[in-house]
Amino acid sequence: MTADIVLWLAQDGITNGAIYALLALALLLVFSVTRVIFVPQGEFISYAALSLALLQAGQVPGVVYVLVGGGLLAAAFETGTALRDKALRRLPLVFLGYVVLPCTMAALAWWAAPRKLDLVWQVLIVLGLVVPLGPIVYRVAYQPLAKASILVLFIASMAVHYVLTGLGLVFFGGEGLRSAAFSDVSFKLGVLQISTQSLLVIVASVLVMAALWLFFGRSIYGKALRATAVNRVGARLVGIRTELAGSLSLLLAAFIGALSGILISPITTIYYDTGFLIGLKGFVGAILGGMASYPLAVAGSLALGLLEAYASFWSSAFKETLVFAIIIPPLIWLSLRSRHVEEDEEESE
Amino acid sequence: MIPARAALATFIAFIAVAPFILPEFHVALLNYIALATMVSLGLVLLTGIAGVMSFGQQVFAGIAAYTTAVITTKYGGSPWLALIVGLALVALVALFLGAITLRLSGHYLPISTIAWGIAIYFLFGNLELFGKYTGVPDVPRLAGATVTYYVIWAATLALLIASANLLDSRTGRAIRALRFRGVMAESFGVDVLRLKNIVFLYAALFAGLSGWLYAHYLRFVSPSAFNVNAGIDYLFMAVIGGTGHVWGAVIGASILTFLKEYLKGMVPSGLGASGNYEIVVFGVLMMLLLHRASSGLAPVLARWAIRPHRRHIALEAPALARRSQPAAGAPLLEVRNAAKRFGGLVAVRELSFEMRAGEILGLIGPNGAGKSTMFNLITGVLPADGGEIVFQGERIDGLVPSAIARRGIARTFQHVNLVGTMSVLENVALGAHLRGRRGTLRAMLRAERAEEAQLLAEAARQVERVGLTAQLHDAAGSLPLGQQRLVEIARALSADPTLLLLDEPAAGLRYAEKQALAALLRRLRGEAMSILLVEHDMEFVMGLVDRLVVMDFGEKLAEGLPAAVQANPAVMEAYLGGVE
Repeated sequence: MTADIVLWLAQDGITNGAIYALLALALLLVFSVTRVIFVPQGEFISYAALSLALLQAGQVPGVVYVLVGGGLLAAAFETGTALRDKALRRLPLVFLGYVVLPCTMAALAWWAAPRKLDLVWQVLIVLGLVVPLGPIVYRVAYQPLAKASILVLFIASMAVHYVLTGLGLVFFGGEGLRSAAFSDVSFKLGVLQISTQSLLVIVASVLVMAALWLFFGRSIYGKALRATAVNRVGARLVGIRTELAGSLSLLLAAFIGALSGILISPITTIYYDTGFLIGLKGFVGAILGGMASYPLAVAGSLALGLLEAYASFWSSAFKETLVFAIIIPPLIWLSLRSRHVEEDEEESE
Repeated sequence: MIPARAALATFIAFIAVAPFILPEFHVALLNYIALATMVSLGLVLLTGIAGVMSFGQQVFAGIAAYTTAVITTKYGGSPWLALIVGLALVALVALFLGAITLRLSGHYLPISTIAWGIAIYFLFGNLELFGKYTGVPDVPRLAGATVTYYVIWAATLALLIASANLLDSRTGRAIRALRFRGVMAESFGVDVLRLKNIVFLYAALFAGLSGWLYAHYLRFVSPSAFNVNAGIDYLFMAVIGGTGHVWGAVIGASILTFLKEYLKGMVPSGLGASGNYEIVVFGVLMMLLLHRASSGLAPVLARWAIRPHRRHIALEAPALARRSQPAAGAPLLEVRNAAKRFGGLVAVRELSFEMRAGEILGLIGPNGAGKSTMFNLITGVLPADGGEIVFQGERIDGLVPSAIARRGIARTFQHVNLVGTMSVLENVALGAHLRGRRGTLRAMLRAERAEEAQLLAEAARQVERVGLTAQLHDAAGSLPLGQQRLVEIARALSADPTLLLLDEPAAGLRYAEKQALAALLRRLRGEAMSILLVEHDMEFVMGLVDRLVVMDFGEKLAEGLPAAVQANPAVMEAYLGGVE
């Protein structure tokens, strides 16, 4: 292995690692706020990447059906609760968020697809199509189970993963797609050929992380999310609605998932079920960081990206095996360190 | 309503005649159902009952399947040898994975099961020896089709019955307490971590057996049967059937297998591509179930159609061996300078008191005085930061709750800590856990019935002692609070304790219930039981205890006879707020 290969692999690894780090942050955020292990994160990646590729090809991405259908379902759920609570004043807002917005986005995609707009507009449309799915999924799947145990919520995540993957297959088909590179420019830095695409991924990741940091440190909504993560009951007592916190955290997760999908779609071919594996690597990154600390999760994810890059060089056949088996050493370490304290699962039924 | 045993007999009869009355296609489906049942049965025990979630059971099935495929096709070995080798490998892997995940809190295991599921899938698909993604063809069959069918179903039924037997035994009661009542189980001597590992091992072996049978039935092994979705499907089967019921595994496996088969032919119109669209239906079905009936279908069925088999209690069974009790007045418990801090808050500060055998000592104080913390130090739920706790001449501070239970200290819980779905009898029998020694294997084979009869007879006697014989077979969760507290006491008594620790037994009770409780405690004192009673209800304690220790702000405020303590001005000030 020559020095330029080492560096080239490092660039590759850091690019992927940056994506895993974003995903790991989103997964940690969702877990701490809602106790949901958010497996369906991966589907947002696939949806966004495939939608972008389809828009570039001048086609309407099938995700519009998922968005409109899911929005109608969520609106139906909300109407049901509003009728039960006799709080009909809520309905116009519900209608706006779950019906008008998805339909507008779908119409926009329809209008835009044959016109092959600039990349920026395409990216914005894709975000507009995929990000609202976060709150919709929360409303339909998780909100009714808000009081359930972590394990029940985990099963629900798997159910959502099944539904979204299956719908992905229905609407995107089994073919893999890759979108056009954002930029073909690359430049030399010493021996290393740096591609703008990689640079873009890294810069975007850093920007998102900085934005998240500002959001959680400065904004009232960010603080509300942190409060909910620390103590759900306490947060509710001071007027932070659990549903709002859950919805917001899934909105952020969907945004990060969609953005990751957009960023990697020119780098690798994405199938309807590719996102699942990529999302799980975010989990592996989070576990490497001990499932608690945001900076450690980022470090773990970068390490994972590097491991993956070098593993694929040494033995591409066993790359995935290695990447997923890497959680064993940290688990051993955590096990050895922990004094086993029996904790009871809360009885939900 | 059909009696449970009649329902079982009907089911077995149906399975026995099925190959002669059903078309071949349906018999094949029954085979698939049986193979899936074995794996999801393991998950019923593991996830539904012990509360440990795994999405990676297909890994164990895969290990056994590939082992037998390779041994029989590449090396010409016997399938039976391959079964032993395969199960040994499965056991090794399960023990390793259990050791590194079961100590960690709940969500690590499911995430890591997915991770190793993917790792192993790609390993299977890339190994030359395993035929890469094409798989291993021409695995020899065990016997003809009908005989194979009977072998598969015999194994399935054997595992189902063995699991039902296991759950209805001493270890089974402990397993059923793991999910929601682990702390309680630990304080009656159950080694919770070890038990979780055992259940994890059994679940893995069940999956391994299924994998071995699968390889010889299909005569072909490829990685696609052991991908992550297979693992998710198995868990869904367990949840759909009802994670709390052994027979839920059959129900869940049947429903999902049938659905999968019938949805396979239905590709949405206009889309030529093939793929597993049925997962959308599975996902929606799961969501509906989680939202509407999260305990699955088996309990619904059981409630409406099946009359449970009620256990016979052999009161004439020989009594269990009893502990030798110390003579009345001998030193029993000594607390020296015990201390406990939570960050900056000092909950217990240099507290010392002692207690003699045969007395009732009341530990009282206003809310927040540190009584419950002191209680947790004695029972080992919390480690002390300083001082010594000596029980019968032996230091017990630093011991885990199960070790303290083994030395003859039994407790009740302030927040009633019963397994709500188990009967009063079973809850109380859990208290006698340490007085039996038969393990899981004997329980599965019903080779522990003599000891089980002794345990149940003892439990029944303790239930009688607290006056709840009429409620013996009722679900503990259905009783009013007052009676649940009595069940707590009966459970502690069935441990044959030297020292009985009661944590606020009168809290939340109505007047008449308090009277009944006080009468019971007086009767126990008459039988020379040593009792440490933690309470904040002065009135309840006064007429009952021999001596009192009063705590306030983590310190001892007063100690002595009830009348003297009551007249103590410091105590009056703590309770009533003194005159400034």
